Amino acid sequence: MISLLLKKLGVLIPTFFGVTLVAFIFIRLLPGDPVMLMAGERGMSEERHAEMMQVFGYDRPLYEQYLSYLGDLVQGDLGNSIITKRPVLEEFMTLFPATVELSLCAIILAILLGLPAGVIAATRRGSAFDHTVMTGALTGYSMPIFWWGLLLIILFSGILGWTPVSGRISLFYYFEPVTGFMLIDSLLSGEKGAFLSAVSHLILPSIVLATIPLAVIARQTRSAMLEVLGEDYVRTARAKGLGPGRVIGLHTLRNAMIPVITVIGLQVGVLFAGAILTETIFSWPGIGKWMVDSIFRRDYPSVQGGLLMIAAVVMIVNLIVDLLYGLINPQIRHTD
Amino acid sequence: MRKFPKMLATFCGISLLAAGAVGVQAKTLIYCSEGSPEGFNPSLYTSGTTFDATSRQVFNKLVEFERGTTKIVPGLAESWDVSDDGKEYTFHLRKGVKFHTTKEFTPSRDFNADDVLFSFNRQFKKDHPYHKISGGNYEYFNSMSMPDLIKEIVKVDDNTVKFVLNRPEAPMIANLAMDFASITSSEYADKMMAAGTPDVVDQKPVGTGPFQLVAYQKDAVIRYKANPDYWPGKAAIDNLVFAITPDASVRYQKLKAGECHIMPYPNPADLKAMATDPAVNLMQKEGLNVGYLAYNSLVPPFDNPVVRKALSKAINKEAILEAVFQGAGKVAKNPIPPTIWSYNDAVVDDSYDPAAAKKMLADAGVKDLSTKIWAMPVQRPYNPNARRMAELIQADWAKVGVNAEIVSYEWGEYLKRSKDKDRDGAVLLGWTGDNGDPDNFLAVLLGCDAVGSANRAQWCYKPFEDLIQKAKIVSDPAERTKLYEQAQVIFKEQSPWSTIAHSIVFEPVRKEVTGYRIDPFGGHIFYGVDLK
Repeated sequence: MISLLLKKLGVLIPTFFGVTLVAFIFIRLLPGDPVMLMAGERGMSEERHAEMMQVFGYDRPLYEQYLSYLGDLVQGDLGNSIITKRPVLEEFMTLFPATVELSLCAIILAILLGLPAGVIAATRRGSAFDHTVMTGALTGYSMPIFWWGLLLIILFSGILGWTPVSGRISLFYYFEPVTGFMLIDSLLSGEKGAFLSAVSHLILPSIVLATIPLAVIARQTRSAMLEVLGEDYVRTARAKGLGPGRVIGLHTLRNAMIPVITVIGLQVGVLFAGAILTETIFSWPGIGKWMVDSIFRRDYPSVQGGLLMIAAVVMIVNLIVDLLYGLINPQIRHTD
Repeated sequence: MRKFPKMLATFCGISLLAAGAVGVQAKTLIYCSEGSPEGFNPSLYTSGTTFDATSRQVFNKLVEFERGTTKIVPGLAESWDVSDDGKEYTFHLRKGVKFHTTKEFTPSRDFNADDVLFSFNRQFKKDHPYHKISGGNYEYFNSMSMPDLIKEIVKVDDNTVKFVLNRPEAPMIANLAMDFASITSSEYADKMMAAGTPDVVDQKPVGTGPFQLVAYQKDAVIRYKANPDYWPGKAAIDNLVFAITPDASVRYQKLKAGECHIMPYPNPADLKAMATDPAVNLMQKEGLNVGYLAYNSLVPPFDNPVVRKALSKAINKEAILEAVFQGAGKVAKNPIPPTIWSYNDAVVDDSYDPAAAKKMLADAGVKDLSTKIWAMPVQRPYNPNARRMAELIQADWAKVGVNAEIVSYEWGEYLKRSKDKDRDGAVLLGWTGDNGDPDNFLAVLLGCDAVGSANRAQWCYKPFEDLIQKAKIVSDPAERTKLYEQAQVIFKEQSPWSTIAHSIVFEPVRKEVTGYRIDPFGGHIFYGVDLK
């Protein structure tokens, strides 16, 4: 296990530095510079423009800027936002818990509904339930998130009045954040009703963000199950007289889980992408919205820092997924 | 499965409670703002979103705009005198004005001249200890040419400050009512500098304004409470909350659900529903802006005013208003909006007349003209859909035999390239006023000094220039009005732009809100607002 971990880290570290280069170059490839955008219609003189570019250090050659960025990075300094002037790491850490909380709820919802739906659809192949799951999954996968989110808000918040429209908690609760996770902070606050308010605010955004991963997980589980159900050892297990519960639970599901876990790991990246839209619709103060704003404003340090942190999270999750394979399938452990 | 309806009922109860609470806690006003402030010192930023969260609630200026108008009224200065040569402005400061008491700071004295000097010298003097704090980028102060204009700022005594200028500048008073001129506490700044945390001054503001900041949760909520010692009297509401809600449709849903009382920038598609919503009062006012199409007057055949006028006559502005503004606009005939003093209503607009336009072009010897129309890539109050507008103009011009190609660039590039003196084609752009002074439109956008920068028409016309330069140094408002009225007549004769439209600003507020006024500068001001 340790050698596997070292091997994976050996790949991750150069990948991480590759990401720093990509993040650094991509944002600079976009036309327009941050200083011109700051000035807007008002404009500024050439001299003032040059002065501002010098203040930010953007007048230096690219390689010099990159090396100085790397130098700061190895010391744990992601730089300061050129818009808010605050440290990028501090801004990221303030917003990140909100995205994690929403993403976790969404992925848990997607797994809790997607896995059983896929399993049942596979075991009842061709049934009405199977068709319903497959049609639902296709619809969910193709759903434009923005439209879907607005639709749910109009129905559940506007017409029925069952859920709040947006935000993380009712504005009438006010307490200092401790962990940044609203569910935990609302409990810690001891304020009556705060936790339920936080939960009610999570429902719609979690459903919207879970929609695509749920569809993907249900479809992947169904097809992986169907493949394994056709294997000889499953037939043998049935011939031995094992009950359907043991055949499905012990022999089929465990083997079918490998591609499903891969897909779940990949969904973390999808969740971050989906969070950009979901956070905008539900006024959710997370990193998705922050990244989009930073890109529009050409806030180079924020975009670079944000991309890097997101890439690091995705890489760590995929590392965990790789390690999980070994736990589920001993054969993979041996070959490594 | 049976538990599900119960669960929903619980959540239903919670949301109703939250909604109901808006009505019960009547003195908490919730404003669904469109975005997050960049920081809490208005002199460091230029965006209206930041000004809404800072200068318009937390700070005062020496002079202020009367709420809902562009009229200048006394603020922290009770009165002021202007010297005969127009180069010295002496402000007599208001006594007994208190700064906010916060967790970080308890003021030991009232507002005085030191605070005025600190607030301006921080921006003005490069060797000021605070000049470089928080990035040290005072873009508004710079773009209003204050460093060139101000010679020095003198403390005459504790309650008198004198601004000495390098040249007479009649719009100076209006400039000092702008957001960058907010007055901050020098005592607080000294304290934070001594503590080694000078940047705290720009994150946890201390002002003299009607509200003081309580907490800011990034991208989520800003909380304020009423300043109990506010010099004109405590605000009618006790608490002010900004619920940051970036999407316009969601803002409307929150307004409907009672989760906020006032929202800015409604989606044009929602306006009809808002107008008939019994819970909502849809307020409207003409915006302090102008959208225009600027020809490059340095390049033939656009150096000929007859050609520019002909092209203006070929544009069907009413059709543009219908298709692009969806009715939320007004045809522009002058380069300044009607809400600004000196607007010349006697000017007659170029009527839409393709036949006459065609003839004028032929008389000017222009045949088979090919040109470009530059369409902005972004949405602005003065132009909600530049691409669509460009397409309509393209079609209109095709009818008079002018072949136009539509071009667009990324916004930063667009702004940069459109300034070039040899630019090919006419540029769609616009302007929102900063200080309600005609100079802020006419000199900034059409003055000779602005050729190659904000003057996208590259138009430098002596008779016009003489008038606006004279209006800069004359302090008599009646005389200035006359000069600007004449300048507008010359502008129309010369047509360096085709003036397209002024937008109409809509602000939906809930019916229980009273005393709210739409700010002509596009700001959102909550002093004077109450809840029924």
